[in-house]
Amino acid sequence: MKFAVIVFPGSNCDKDMYYAVKNELGEEAEYVFHDETSLDRFDAVLLPGGFSYGDYLRSGAIAQFSPVMEAVKKAAAAGKPVLGVCNGFQVLLEAGLLPGAMRRNKGLKFICKPVTLRTEENATMFTSEYKQGEMITVPVAHGDGNYYCSDEDYRILKENGRIVFTYTDDLNGSKANIAGILNESGNVLGMMPHPERAVDTLLGSADGLPLFRSIVANWRETHAVHR
Amino acid sequence: MPYIDEITPKTIETDKLYLDMGVTEDEFSRIQTILNRLPNYTELGLFSVMWSEHCSYKHSKAVLKKFPVEGDRVLQGPGEGAGVIDIGDNQAAVFKMESHNHPSAIEPYEGAATGVGGILRDIFSMGARPVALLNSLRFGELTNPRVKYLFEGVVSGIAGYGNCVGVPTVGGEVQFDDCYEGNPLVNAMCVGLIDHSDLQQGIAKGTGNPVLYVGAGTGRDGIHGATFASEELSEQSESKRPSVQVGDPFTEKLLIEACLEAVRHPQLVGIQDMGAAGLTSSSAEMASKAGSGIHLNLDDVPQREEKMTPYEMMLSESQERMLLVIEQGSEKEFTDLFERWGLQAKVIGEVTDNQRMTLSFQGDTVADVPVDSLAEDAPVYHPDSVEPERFRAFQAAGQPNLTAEDPEEILLTLLQQPTIASKEWVYEQYDYMVQTNTVVQPGSDAAVLRMRGTDKALAMTTDANSRFLYLDPYTGGQMAVAEAARNLVCSGAEPLGVTDCLNYGSPENPEIYWELERSTDGLSEACRALNTPVVGGNVSLYNETAKGAVYPTPVVGMVGLIDKLDHITTQTVKNAGDAVYSLGKAGNDFAGSELQKVTEGRIYGPAPTFDLAAETERQTKVLTAIRKQTVQSAHDISEGGFAPALAEKLFSSGLGVDVTLTQSESLTASLFSETPSRYIITVREEDRERFEKLVPEAEMIGRVTETPQCMIRGNDGTPLINRSVQELENVWRGAIPCYLKSED
Repeated sequence: MKFAVIVFPGSNCDKDMYYAVKNELGEEAEYVFHDETSLDRFDAVLLPGGFSYGDYLRSGAIAQFSPVMEAVKKAAAAGKPVLGVCNGFQVLLEAGLLPGAMRRNKGLKFICKPVTLRTEENATMFTSEYKQGEMITVPVAHGDGNYYCSDEDYRILKENGRIVFTYTDDLNGSKANIAGILNESGNVLGMMPHPERAVDTLLGSADGLPLFRSIVANWRETHAVHR
Repeated sequence: MPYIDEITPKTIETDKLYLDMGVTEDEFSRIQTILNRLPNYTELGLFSVMWSEHCSYKHSKAVLKKFPVEGDRVLQGPGEGAGVIDIGDNQAAVFKMESHNHPSAIEPYEGAATGVGGILRDIFSMGARPVALLNSLRFGELTNPRVKYLFEGVVSGIAGYGNCVGVPTVGGEVQFDDCYEGNPLVNAMCVGLIDHSDLQQGIAKGTGNPVLYVGAGTGRDGIHGATFASEELSEQSESKRPSVQVGDPFTEKLLIEACLEAVRHPQLVGIQDMGAAGLTSSSAEMASKAGSGIHLNLDDVPQREEKMTPYEMMLSESQERMLLVIEQGSEKEFTDLFERWGLQAKVIGEVTDNQRMTLSFQGDTVADVPVDSLAEDAPVYHPDSVEPERFRAFQAAGQPNLTAEDPEEILLTLLQQPTIASKEWVYEQYDYMVQTNTVVQPGSDAAVLRMRGTDKALAMTTDANSRFLYLDPYTGGQMAVAEAARNLVCSGAEPLGVTDCLNYGSPENPEIYWELERSTDGLSEACRALNTPVVGGNVSLYNETAKGAVYPTPVVGMVGLIDKLDHITTQTVKNAGDAVYSLGKAGNDFAGSELQKVTEGRIYGPAPTFDLAAETERQTKVLTAIRKQTVQSAHDISEGGFAPALAEKLFSSGLGVDVTLTQSESLTASLFSETPSRYIITVREEDRERFEKLVPEAEMIGRVTETPQCMIRGNDGTPLINRSVQELENVWRGAIPCYLKSED
């Protein structure tokens, strides 16, 4: 399986994402620069964390206009798995691929620490290797992670099992402690915590690895014919 | 010759305008001798920044010569952007520490942020990828509202810059003492990794080679920053706010990636960061190191403000700028490379063979001076040195006799002292995990980063207990080096090398100069004994306000190598039932201790007795025991003494401890004295015999317990301290947020 790791100017978790896929998962990965226009040769798209375009104006606000974002939208429409982590999540929100918006953390400070997440939904292509309700330890590192959506959007997310991860307490002010959400068709996941930082027990946790494994397992199932 | 809008050389002389630039009468006549005429305004500007303390080390050169700078592993000692130490497998660690004290005192966010930016550029201009940042910070007491403002601003400035560039901030230290109230210390350290073959130097050689300016445009920010850093802070300092630069970490991130690509280009000749004294220092130093000259055409300098004069362009300290010298004919390749990263790159001059710096602007030559006179010929001062009255008094006073009537209350009080309390409030604002190599996170004795693709790891720390340096600069200096090394040893690393940041008051005060002399004697001796050469560093003098100078604070940044990932050791206890060992006897060393500060409100007396040979021997034994895998956890005993150190070992472990104090004439000393060279180590039952053979002096004092209770007994078995770990941890964790929330 071949993963694209999108590199915007200012992305800084691109290498971590690349190593997680290549070294820990043992799948193919390739960096794709922001000015490229096609992702057709990839099976999945990863939008890493960082400060794309310095996060000037608003986190992720400028990155949405990068040429590569048209290709990301195309990949999403084609049903390919698209994972946006941290700044990648913010870009997906700004690009309208996911509902809602991100605000400054309620404490107005950057927060970096391992947190406990609850797996709210394991019937997704990103979480099938977790148990329903499984508690996992994954680091966060963000200043703008305070997720907001309208009550109506929240109801829709909730009723359709699109809230995938929640924090176990009020970490940053996010609505209903939301840490990660899916799009309507279930192939675009945005999350603030960093699963790519939790792929090796040497660094404290490997709880993020099943997320990547889920992507591969589900892809294998649907692509069995081609292999 | 002078640029028309500028003041004439004659006016400079008659109105003594040079004094405003920090150039003395003597220095001004020296400049005239060098030029054989009066300097014009631009030229005087060049001399004033290059001869400032910050750039020329004119008051500290003499003492810096004492440092051991050589060793088997040293690939690059002082003199380049950063020091380089061989770590085997054709790889090297590149590291340096630098101060940004004065800017941070005036504008804490940008002052600290640009400090981080500057030290990063020192590392990647060597060709190394920055892999870690550390910060050594000193502030006044957290009860003061202005101190709170400075503390919060500095921390968020470091976070704002470091987080954005994607280099983890993995460690450091924060201490609080009155003497830093108006003049905080903000020392930033960066560690980079490089393959030997990629090592770069900042040189401008090859006559006719183009000089390439890369990065942000030049503005009027930071003009005379280096001069500002070389004088005391006063009430007028607020008006120097324009001397503080503004950082743009996004541009820096692009610069890192682009420059690391550029350094692998075979046609790169030299590269240097435009740091203090900006375009002046980078161009003069690059030419001087190569024995060349340099010509710059200032009309070509990218500018972000209108109508800038040559003086302003040369002295601007605008951030995120680099100067490259490349081979003729490769201009397009380099400009294309930088353009791909969205960065401007422009040829602004060329290397010459006349050993002069010549500047042209709008058709005129606006400066023509020998490059060596700027980079090498600054005067070297040997200021008077006088032993301060206080030193004699401290020596004569003897150790104070302190008694802790209620050890539990004392322990709780000590755990809440900001210097001892948890720094979680600080480091949770830093992204300490990006690049996914951080094995031991902030809060332990040293930070540890794995080196991807190897079985090795790097350990790093910064240390200096300035209270001991204030009492006795010589002994305190030795202790600072020893503590840094001890912290590395506790993490399983062999200490390899040092970068230092020497923060003192005005060297023109003989008592301060004495502190500088004595403490660097101590540092040098300890670096020799511990085989940790000084490969780079920075001097920050004039750290004083109307209320006086800061304590002598030579911060020691040290890097060590862990041979095998299995050797990585942390301070936290691991398993119930493990034996607890105490290594090193506590003496009545209370002078300069946290206990003395909280009980008497001030520090006085002689520094603790410190035996460098014993320290070195003990470090070797502990490291051997760790490498033989007989150690579960190791922690050195520092601020607050044994009891706080033991408590720290329990935090976040879910375990407790039951120990009995056996030695020592005084219980208070056993619990709270700060005698150096001591450790608390835990060992599994099955490893005890092997451990005791390796470290025979270590004394077993109890066990790690399943019950999360901190029990410390006197030698008759009666409990002296018996508190739940949770309670201790709560006060320790809550102290700094609590100080920041309170209104007074």
